[in-house]
This record gives sequence, C-alpha cells and structure tokens, in this order.
Amino acid sequence: MKRLAMLLALLAASPVAAVMPDEMLPDAAQESRARAISKDLRCVVCQNQSIDDSDAPLARDLRVLVREQIAAGKSDAEVRDYVVARYGNFVLLKPPVEGDTLLLWLGPFAVLLLGGIGIAFWQRRRPTSTQDAAPLSAAERAELDRLAGSDN
Amino acid sequence: MLAEIGHFALILTLLVAIAQSVLPMLGAIRGDAALMAFGRSAASLQALLIAISFGSLMTLFGQADFSVKLVANHSALSQPLPYRLAATWGNHEGSMLLWVLVLSVYGAGIAKFGDNLRATLQARILSIQAMISVAFLAFALFTSNPFERLFPVPLDGAELNPLLQDPGLVFHPPLLYLGYVGFSVTFSFAVAALLEGRADPAWARWMRPWVLAAWIPLTIGITLGSFWAYYELGWGGWWFWDPVENASFMPWLIGTALLHSAIVTEKRGSLAGWTILLAIMAFSLSLIGTFLVRSGILTSVHAFAVDPERGVFILAMIIGATGTALAMFAARAPMLKSGALFGSVSRESGLTMNNLLLMALTAVVFLGTFYPVIMEAVSPANKISVGPPYYNLVFVPLATPLLLLVTIGPMLAWKRDDLATLGRKLLVPTAIVAALLAALVLAFGWQQVVAALGLALGAWLVLGAVLVLVRRWWGAGGFSLRLVRTTPAATIGLVLAHAGLGFTTAGIASMTSFAAEKILVMRPGETAVAGPVSVKMLGAEEVDGANYRALRARFTVAQNGREGLLISERRLYTVSGNQTTEAGIGVSLLGNQYVAIGDVQQDARGQGLVVRIYWHPLVGWIWFGGLLMAMGGCASLADRRFRIGAPQLRSPLAPTLVPAE
Amino acid sequence: MKRLLFILPILVFAGLAAFLGFGLTQDPKELPSQLIDRPLPEFALPGIVEGGPGLASASFRGEPRLLNVWASWCAACPQEHPVLERIAKEGFPVYGIAWKDKPEDSRAFLARYGDPYSGMGSDFPGRTAIDLGVTGAPETFVVDKKGRVRFKQIGPISPEIWEQQIKPLMQQLRAEA
Repeated sequence: MKRLAMLLALLAASPVAAVMPDEMLPDAAQESRARAISKDLRCVVCQNQSIDDSDAPLARDLRVLVREQIAAGKSDAEVRDYVVARYGNFVLLKPPVEGDTLLLWLGPFAVLLLGGIGIAFWQRRRPTSTQDAAPLSAAERAELDRLAGSDN
Repeated sequence: MLAEIGHFALILTLLVAIAQSVLPMLGAIRGDAALMAFGRSAASLQALLIAISFGSLMTLFGQADFSVKLVANHSALSQPLPYRLAATWGNHEGSMLLWVLVLSVYGAGIAKFGDNLRATLQARILSIQAMISVAFLAFALFTSNPFERLFPVPLDGAELNPLLQDPGLVFHPPLLYLGYVGFSVTFSFAVAALLEGRADPAWARWMRPWVLAAWIPLTIGITLGSFWAYYELGWGGWWFWDPVENASFMPWLIGTALLHSAIVTEKRGSLAGWTILLAIMAFSLSLIGTFLVRSGILTSVHAFAVDPERGVFILAMIIGATGTALAMFAARAPMLKSGALFGSVSRESGLTMNNLLLMALTAVVFLGTFYPVIMEAVSPANKISVGPPYYNLVFVPLATPLLLLVTIGPMLAWKRDDLATLGRKLLVPTAIVAALLAALVLAFGWQQVVAALGLALGAWLVLGAVLVLVRRWWGAGGFSLRLVRTTPAATIGLVLAHAGLGFTTAGIASMTSFAAEKILVMRPGETAVAGPVSVKMLGAEEVDGANYRALRARFTVAQNGREGLLISERRLYTVSGNQTTEAGIGVSLLGNQYVAIGDVQQDARGQGLVVRIYWHPLVGWIWFGGLLMAMGGCASLADRRFRIGAPQLRSPLAPTLVPAE
Repeated sequence: MKRLLFILPILVFAGLAAFLGFGLTQDPKELPSQLIDRPLPEFALPGIVEGGPGLASASFRGEPRLLNVWASWCAACPQEHPVLERIAKEGFPVYGIAWKDKPEDSRAFLARYGDPYSGMGSDFPGRTAIDLGVTGAPETFVVDKKGRVRFKQIGPISPEIWEQQIKPLMQQLRAEA
C-alpha cells in the first residue's frame, strides 16, 4: 500500500488528459457551455490542442477562468472576447472572418466555383477533332489473345 | 563492424542511384537498349544495397549496440525486442533510411513488373525515380547519418517515447511511407509522360496500379494512425486535424482524385493533362508532409527531429522536384493530345465533378494547415490558429455533395447519359434512403436531424455500392452466376471502397452526435453512468510491467443488461519517466465503452481516482470503413486488365469494348 | 488564355514555396503581445514574504520600469538572473511577478541567486499572468512613465538583447515627457 501511494504521488506529478472533476461547474448547462467554449480555445503553450484537451497547467488555468466567467453570468461571446483580449486571435481555433482571413474561409469554395467555370469553359471550347488512342503493340496484342484464350 | 557495413552500403547505394539517374535517360533519348536495360539492373541493385544498409541498422538495434549513437539515443535494454526493432524507424535518421529503402523497393518493382511498359517510358521512369533517390540518399548521408558512432559507449540507451511504444507505431509510419513514397512512382510516370509528350490510355493503365500501390498503404496507415490515437492518447478522439495528420490526409485526397481521373484517361483518353498534374501534386504534398514534420515550421504533438536546417534541405528538394515538374507541365502539357469528348451528363463528367470536389476538400485542409504560416508573413501582429471548428465548418458542406455523388457516379453511362435514365435508376435508392431518414428522425427527434442526415448518407453510400453489384448480377434474364463469375475485380474494388466510405460516414455522424461522456472522481464500489453505459469501479492496485510500473483499476461495465470487465492503466516508464494511459475499451458492433483513469483527486466524498467514462457509438465503423476502402483498393489492384495492354480506341464515337471499371 | 491555365500551377507553387521558406525563419511558438501601447492590466498581488509588501499595477507610474514574470521552476530563469542583476545595477528598476510559484520556493530561489528586484508580487493562482497574456516564464514587459506597456520580451533577456533593444528603449522612455 505504501508503494501504491508512492506511485500515485509520482503519477500525480503530471496530470494526463484535460478536464478534471474538480474544475467542473455544478450546473450541467453551464458546464456544457464551458466545454463548448473550451473546445474552441487553443492552449497557447501546447500549440495544437484546445484547452479542453490539454493537460498543460496554463490550459487548466484558462479552463477555470472560462468557468468563472460563465458562473459570473457572462455570455459565450463575452468569455471568448475576454480571452482574446489577453492572447489575441491566436487563441481562437476558429479564426474570425476578417479581411485577412477571407482567403482561408472562401478559398475552398473559390476553388469549387472557379474549377466549375473552368470545366464549363473547357467543355464548350474544346476542339471537336479527336485523336485515336495509341493502338496495342504486337506484344500486348499477343498477351491479350493469350489471356482471352486461357479464359475459355 | 556492422555499422560500417551499413554506412558503406548506403554510400554504394548513392553511387548506383547517380548512375541510374543518368544512363537510362540517355538510353531513352538515344534509343540505346543496353543503357535502358542498365536502369533495370541498377534499380534492383539499389534496392539490394539499401536493404543491406537498413538490415544492418535494424540488427544494430536488435543487438542493442550502444556504440552507435542512434541506437543509444533511441532504445534501451529494458524495451522488449519488437519495440527495439521498431525503434529503427522511430527517429529521424532511421525513418529517412526507411524512406529511401521504400523508394528503392518501388524502383525495383518498376524494373521487375514493368515488362509491359514501353521501354523508353520505363527507362525514363527509372531515371527520374533514381534522381529522387539521389536527393534523399544525399540528405540521409550528409545531414542525418544513422550509423554515427558514439564514444564512450554508454551501458544503456535512452528509451523511445513510450507513447510511441505500441504496436500501432510499429506499422503506422512504414505504411504512411509506403504511401508517400509510392506517389514518387506516379510522379515519375507523370514527368516521363511529359518528357515523351505522350499520355495515352496505355500510360494511364500502366500507372494506375502504382497509384493503388501508394493509395492502399496510405489508407491503411491513416486508419491505423487514427485508431492508435483513439486508444492510446486517453480521451477517445479519433481525428484531431493536427498538421501531421493533415499532411497524410492531403496526399490521400489527391491520390483518391488521381485514382478516379486515371480511370477517365485510361478508358477515354481524356483528362490526361489533369491526371499528370494530380500525379505531380500527390508526391509534392507527400514531400510537403515530410517537410512539415521535420522543419518545425508548424509545431505539432507528433513532430520529431524539429530542425530548420533539415527543413531547408527538404524545401530545396520540394522546389527542385515540384518546380521542375510544374515548369515542364506548363511547357509540354498544352501539347498533349486530348481524348474523347463527353456529354455534360456522363460518367466522365461525374468523375470530373468528383475531382473538383476532392480538390476543394484538399484546399480546405491545405489552407487550414498553412494559413497560420501565410498570416505570419502577411500580418505578423495578428497571429491566428486554425483548428477543428474551422475544418468541421468548411469540410462538411463540401464533402456532402461529394458523398452524394459517389452513389450517383457509377450509375452514369460513359460518354453520354440523360437525366431521365439517371432519375429512374436513382428512384429505388432515393426512396429507401428517404424512408430511412424519416425513420431516423422519428426515432431521435428533430434535435438530432444532423445525425440522422449523416447516418442516411452512410446508408446511401452502402446502398449505392450494393446496387452496383445488383445491377451487374441481375442481367436481362434475371440473376446469373455467369455474371457473378465474370465480375471484374475492379468492380468489386469499387463496391468495397464506396461501401467503406459509407461505413466511415455513418461512424463519424454517430460519434459526432451521440457520443456520451462522464468525468468524475470514483472510489471502489461506486457506480457512474455515461449515456447507455453504467460503470462500477471494483478496485485499484499497483502492477509491474516489462519496463514500466502501473496503476491498474478494474471496472464492471453494464449496458442493455449485459455486463463485462474493463481494466484501465496508467503506466510510468521507469527509464524515461514518461507516462501513458491505457484505456479499458469494451468493443462491440454498436459502439465502444471506454474507461480511462487519471489522477488521484479529492471531491466532496473524499479521495478517489479521476475516471473518464465514454460511450462511443459506431466508432469502430470509422476504421472498418477505412479498411474496407483499402480492401477495395487491393481488389482493384488484382484486376486482370493491369497485366495486359490498354484497350484500342478506334474512334471515340464508335462503340468500344471497354472492361467495366 | 488556355496557355495561362497550364502556367497557373507553377505560379501557385512559387507563391507557396516563398511562404514556406519564410516560415522556416519564424518561430511558431512566439506570440505577439496584445498589450503593446496599452495600459498595464490592473493587479494587486501579495508579496512572497508573509505580511511583507506586495506589488500593484498602480505603482507603475512616474518612471519607466521592467516587469519580469519568472518562477523558481523555470529552467531559463537562473540563466537570465545575472542579466537582471546587471540591469538593476545600471540603475533601471526591475519588478518581479513570481508565477505559479509557492512563496517559499520563490524566497529560496532569491536567497540562492540574489535579489535584483525592487518589488515582488506572488501570482500563485496564475490569474494576473493570464491578464498579462503570459505563455511561459520568463517574460519581461517594459512599462513607460504612464503605465503603458511598450515592449514585451518572450524568453530570457540576454546581455545582447538588453544592450541593443531594451536599454535604448528604457533611455528613450526616460526622456519622454
């Protein structure tokens, strides 16, 4: 039992995986709002995780902060703005739609649109003459015959 | 000694590759059969030499020879032998060696199985393949020599990150490499076609098995990687839109587009330029994927060997390879013969739409991955992040029409079809899926209409795939065994792959909407509920593993009156001090029960263990679908037509005998 | 027109390669501060000695100061410490916030390495650090006479950074009205 306690102490030294029961809000609706907001906020020290997924101490601080703000009656947008005011747009995993990010948001649809126009254009303007594909070589023909023969 | 043999073999490989990059090309230009034949022997020799080199390194890891720096830095005596062997490629230097090994094996494959290729085309392909080899071999030898010695020799080594010490890792990177590197072959095909000024149906038919040879392992690799993240990282996520995941997803999307556009080029001679462009892009995106992981340009949880100097080298390679290929494309592609015309409602047109949507999806992943870098250049004060919420918002509306199209496409006739015929064919599947959708909405309510739509979409795909077989097997005279027997393997491939996509779609829809979760502090004897799952904690104890100590908790899990036992562990690896979570997962057809333990924590009722309980409905379908897609690829690869020449198209307007897809 | 379509891929690629090349020169971990040219967020922290003086944002008025966020657990802080001592010796006031650090640990650190700080606050809960947009220790803010943040150094201040960037800025801020 003593060894178990020691191991527990060692394990406790670095927590694994995100949200802890002691952080959670008693109100289920508020807690689920907090989870949703946390999933959209980036953990600034771990780079590619949301604070909801991250076990970094700073992420935990931010999770607690988000919950405090919600408990204090702030709206989702107000909570997000609060964090953005401190860390910038960088913390938003869903970047805002602004002049700078128009290409990001509209780019894929532009590809679709321009591609569609391109295809329509290409189909209409194509020369009507068509060329024959290369005929089979003698060796290929022999192989084809052999295979066709073996089939029967 | 072994290290020196390995190093020497690596140097010899480089010399052979240099010769192979020049002589066969020269042979193709001059029409010299001997020089072209040299390419084939050189390719085999290159593969043999690099196999010796890689084998040496693997043996060194097996013997735990810590006089080699790489072995000392990445393996420890306490590791089980399979993981020590896997450590060979669990690091930058070794993985580069694996990369060139795979590259050479593909090269040898072209030499061996490429007898039916035009001799000049084969020689050019082998030369281009060797040029890529030279670049990577030089990279391995000059910037990341795996055989460097270490003095003084340490008694034990440093352990591989235990998170990576897992059967998943043993196969995951080699499979991805098979995929990435496999696209080097299609790249070589594309460049060779540009050099020859000829991209005809025969060329497309020759290339297609190689596209499959890259696409299949990439599909399995991505599927395994997702599965590995699910059960190893400890909270049941299966896809994170992480840059490294995206790096493998982009070549997959392009590779999928290439598979389909190559069909059009093969059957109808059309879209040749587009197919070439896709072949170039697939490999470029594979290289960019490697670049991402190794340069530190985008940090990721997966990144190892983050080093800008290596990044510069790889960037130079990308610019060299892609830049040259695209310049040639700009110069030569306009001169390629264009193939047969097709109507705006036709199989060709459907496949073109498929390609367009896949391109748009690639653009989503690409922009999401690289936009932060672009923003940094354009407006450094306004750094942004792009994460899952962006991808979900933009990817889904573009993926949905593609998935709808997947079932419609195979119903279309080649060349020209009409909407009335198509409508008749669509009547049955549309009616069935609409009925299913209504039933789902009734069952789950309007709040879950998105989930119902997703599940219906999955059913649409599976049904569409099955209908392909039904239409083939029930001919004019009813069901016929002869029609079953003569079904081409490629058609089976289509059915499996499209059905697989359906299973994956249903799994994703269900996971997104119906997953349940409960995080709490538990003590032995207590019970908690997440969704339909009820979990009782039995007890916790300490156990000793091979090279770790663990805290192990046991649970009974009850669902729908059935009970099972689940065990979850937190492991502490004694050499490195790293920790991992081994979740207890109860697998069933309808979903997984997932229990993971965390810290010791205090709550209102005293001290206990943090427990995360999840219900993951249909999650297994996501990976089952992935494997089904890969199996479809294998079936397609087995098709007999790849072993013979291309069909002869007398005139594109005359009826032609083309094998079914 | 058609020709242009075939040139498009290489043009797109050239642009991309330029961005990637540029990306290599950047550190993706550095996050620009939101506070530049804005007033220091309000805080009133307790000290690291029980009953001793704390640190409040209100005191950052009248002369330019440095605000250094550090911790005893931070690996780069001992390396930065001699530079802070030198800055203090050169007559520029350095204030500190011990971030997520137990006061006894902070005291032990200062006892071992020396104490160049003119004032010290303890931010064990880490809330003030979030208000400051801190992502790691050490980070140092340059605050002007009016209490506005003018510069933020991420990571340790090296002697070069002090000489070439921060010291000239401090001198300029002293000269400001």
